[in-house]
Amino acid sequence: MENKNIYEPYMMRIAKITDEAPFVKTFRLEFVNPQDAENFSFHTGQFGEYSVYGEGESTFCIASPHTRKGYIECTFRQAGRVTGELASLEVGDSMGFRGPYGNIFPVEEWKGKNLLFIAGGIALPPMRSVIWTCLDTRENFKDVTILYGAKSVNDLVYKHELKEWEERPDVKLVTTVDPGGETPEWKGEVGFVPTVLDNMKPNPENTIAIVCGPPVMIKFTFPVLEKAGFKDEQIYTTLENRMKCGLGKCGRCNVGKVFVCKDGPVFSRTQLKELPDEY
Amino acid sequence: MSDILINKVKQLLSDKAIDIFIGHGEGTGGRIRPIFVRTPEDAEQLIFNENCKQSWANYLLKPEVKAAGKIGMMATKHALRAMMQLASEFQIKDNEVLALYWDNNELKSSADFKEIEAYLASQNHDILPHEQEMIDKLNAMTTQERWDFWQKEYEKCIKCYACRSACPMCYCHHCAAEGNQPQWIPVASHQLGNMDWHLMRAMHLSGRCINCGACAKVCPMHIPLNLLTYNLITPIQQEFGAIAGMKHDATYALSTFKTEDKENFIL
Amino acid sequence: MEPIIKIIKSASLATIVDKLKGRYPRLYAPVKKQELVELEVINGFNDIAQDYLLTTQSVKKLAFPRVEKILDYTLQKGNIQQQSPDTSNFPETVLFGIRPCDASGFRSLTAIFNGDKPDEFYKSRYEKLIIISFACNKADAYCFCTSVGGNPGNTEGSDIQFTPVDNDEMLVEILTEKGKAVADLFSDLLSDCDKPVDKQAYLANVPVVFDVNKVIDNTTKSFNNEMLWINQSLRCIGCGACAFVCPTCACFDIQDEQNMKQGARLRLWDSCGFSLFTLHTSGHNPRHIQSHRWRQRLMHKFSYMPEQLKVVGCEGCGRCSRACPVDMNIKEHLLQIAEL
Ligand code: SF4
Ligand code: FES
Repeated sequence: MENKNIYEPYMMRIAKITDEAPFVKTFRLEFVNPQDAENFSFHTGQFGEYSVYGEGESTFCIASPHTRKGYIECTFRQAGRVTGELASLEVGDSMGFRGPYGNIFPVEEWKGKNLLFIAGGIALPPMRSVIWTCLDTRENFKDVTILYGAKSVNDLVYKHELKEWEERPDVKLVTTVDPGGETPEWKGEVGFVPTVLDNMKPNPENTIAIVCGPPVMIKFTFPVLEKAGFKDEQIYTTLENRMKCGLGKCGRCNVGKVFVCKDGPVFSRTQLKELPDEY
Repeated sequence: MSDILINKVKQLLSDKAIDIFIGHGEGTGGRIRPIFVRTPEDAEQLIFNENCKQSWANYLLKPEVKAAGKIGMMATKHALRAMMQLASEFQIKDNEVLALYWDNNELKSSADFKEIEAYLASQNHDILPHEQEMIDKLNAMTTQERWDFWQKEYEKCIKCYACRSACPMCYCHHCAAEGNQPQWIPVASHQLGNMDWHLMRAMHLSGRCINCGACAKVCPMHIPLNLLTYNLITPIQQEFGAIAGMKHDATYALSTFKTEDKENFIL
Repeated sequence: MEPIIKIIKSASLATIVDKLKGRYPRLYAPVKKQELVELEVINGFNDIAQDYLLTTQSVKKLAFPRVEKILDYTLQKGNIQQQSPDTSNFPETVLFGIRPCDASGFRSLTAIFNGDKPDEFYKSRYEKLIIISFACNKADAYCFCTSVGGNPGNTEGSDIQFTPVDNDEMLVEILTEKGKAVADLFSDLLSDCDKPVDKQAYLANVPVVFDVNKVIDNTTKSFNNEMLWINQSLRCIGCGACAFVCPTCACFDIQDEQNMKQGARLRLWDSCGFSLFTLHTSGHNPRHIQSHRWRQRLMHKFSYMPEQLKVVGCEGCGRCSRACPVDMNIKEHLLQIAEL
């Protein structure tokens, strides 16, 4: 029977934990109930509510691609009551997951195009999902470029995957750290994401740019893309606002008339420009 | 009285001595509401009469009000005490807020803490007879009766936090009621959550409450909240000789150690 | 269903209440409690407040209580069991003597909660409500139902409506099948209406103060009019009194409570007026000042809801203004916006 309680999470078991960076972890979650695993489906760009029973729920995107079935992954930074508790869980522990919620990256529409992924800080997770989705169906796309920046070398997440992407001949990966964040061994770029992007002279021709990062990074990245000739409809991003329900009911995640949890979190820059500054 | 006030505020605004004035205005159906006057013309809307007992000191720290520039305020005795208490907690500075107040039918103005203290020292700050009556009634109850009385009152609370918002001393950006690391009290407005909220609120105001009664006046559920905090004023006064809001440089009784502090109330 | 119009002697009300109580033990009506008029379960006609305009709180708490348990669980390391509370057995509940603006307020709540993914808790509670409203024969300075599409005799959302008319009689409008089943309990007391009754003549006079379409257009256009929102909200102290007494405010919070062994997830009333409502963990707050939060309150009710849910999120009951500690009179503010 279909579950009628929209607030009841799926019961999940932690299958794997990866330490990504200080205070940042990735969980791989499997459905406790095989029936749930069977029925569940999502699409890249969507998010969910992850719960620690007794503490509450926290909102993160699904960081794994929908091309890989049977599990979902999430990456979070230990910051509040729920994420603090999450961080203390171990492999085999149970937790809850509600979702998937929100809209999706229109990867179907991007077929035959070049993709330029630009991510900053802990904003790689939503990007990781869409990057893997595209790489898992690599033949559908032309050039794939990933620019990823973090505060310091230590703060880069998904280090294994960065290495994998770096080694792939069909991906161009540029990593950068903020000035002062480099180590003597660091071979990547040093500088803020927008500056590095500018130096890369991105070609807007038949290209989609996907930007994820903290609000300041996004604010300074858009003009660089604009200068390079990217049109608004070639640029996508995902927004984050405080959420509780994920269902467009609790009333707190809206940006103007748009509910980030329902109408977002993925927005093209064209859509973003119509929204007031409330995020 | 209104005319004297209006003229004074007009003067202050046209002299640019202040940029914004918080005063009493006519509200819906005879109610009094706070009004914010920024031009001499708007000063016409100010009123002052025997119904203007409200303190507007809770606006002194509001960002939009502060952003308007130098603040002037029609201050009741309670508002002045709130100012002194805020000063002692380093929330406002000397000569920052210009207070207008009535001293024997004379409209005085001062931003000087020493002057305000002197005025306050000359005034009577006793609890009003009807307030005292309620306190006496409460104190005459047995512990069980008092418990039942408060449980019934707490039951009404909807946790709208109007009491907190109206209180000049409740200015914490992040109230412990919402702190969740750790979760001090349940957020929910159920029996335990309500009681915890009121006990915590009263505790945080003990020795700081200046007895303005705003919490009870604003409560949409008409809970006589001020009785909780009133009842903490006397012990603090008796045990520590401290009364809140009389001195701008007072130290907080509950966080100050003195060798002569009595210990008789420690269980 | 075509309304059935009947007449009843006001003196029969007590009998009606007894009959209702016999059939529906959860019979709620306005009860006077010192300064408050609260909607409570009554034992008989005498418990009902004699002279009241509105209940202090709205009736929304009967379908959207301030604390609703939405999940139960037991906690044992490695073995967590969760269970959804049973929503199939909420008791049938009669609301007797509530006002038309309260009854019609469920329209907004239903639009929000039932929407595309229905909230079973609200939905099941609401389905069990039987609403018997009393048309208003008086109003006060805060009322403005007529400006937002309602009126003192609005029957929307009611199953039965009583209107006091002349000669100690009341007009009874039986409006729904549910209402008809309930009215069968006291059909012997109802008599036919031999001549048409001009209901309007017996209703309170609530003048229309603004054109709601102007308010909708102008709020939508005024998002960036910072000074408008600052000036309107300078005295707002950011409490939740308005939202909590409002019959249509539905914003909520979700919180967990536990005692090592078991716990529950609760859905709680929340308010867009609170400064922490939208605060991110990072410290960033998209609505960092009160004027933005006040703007959200009005935009939500008068711009977003009309556009997305096709309802105005306001019934004009004026409760927010009555409850407001600093006399933020929403009618005045809306009039100002209408006249922009
Ligand atoms: S104002 Fe009254 S109802 Fe609101 S939180 Fe305070 S005590 Fe509770
Ligand atoms: S998270 Fe509740 S409305 Fe979007």
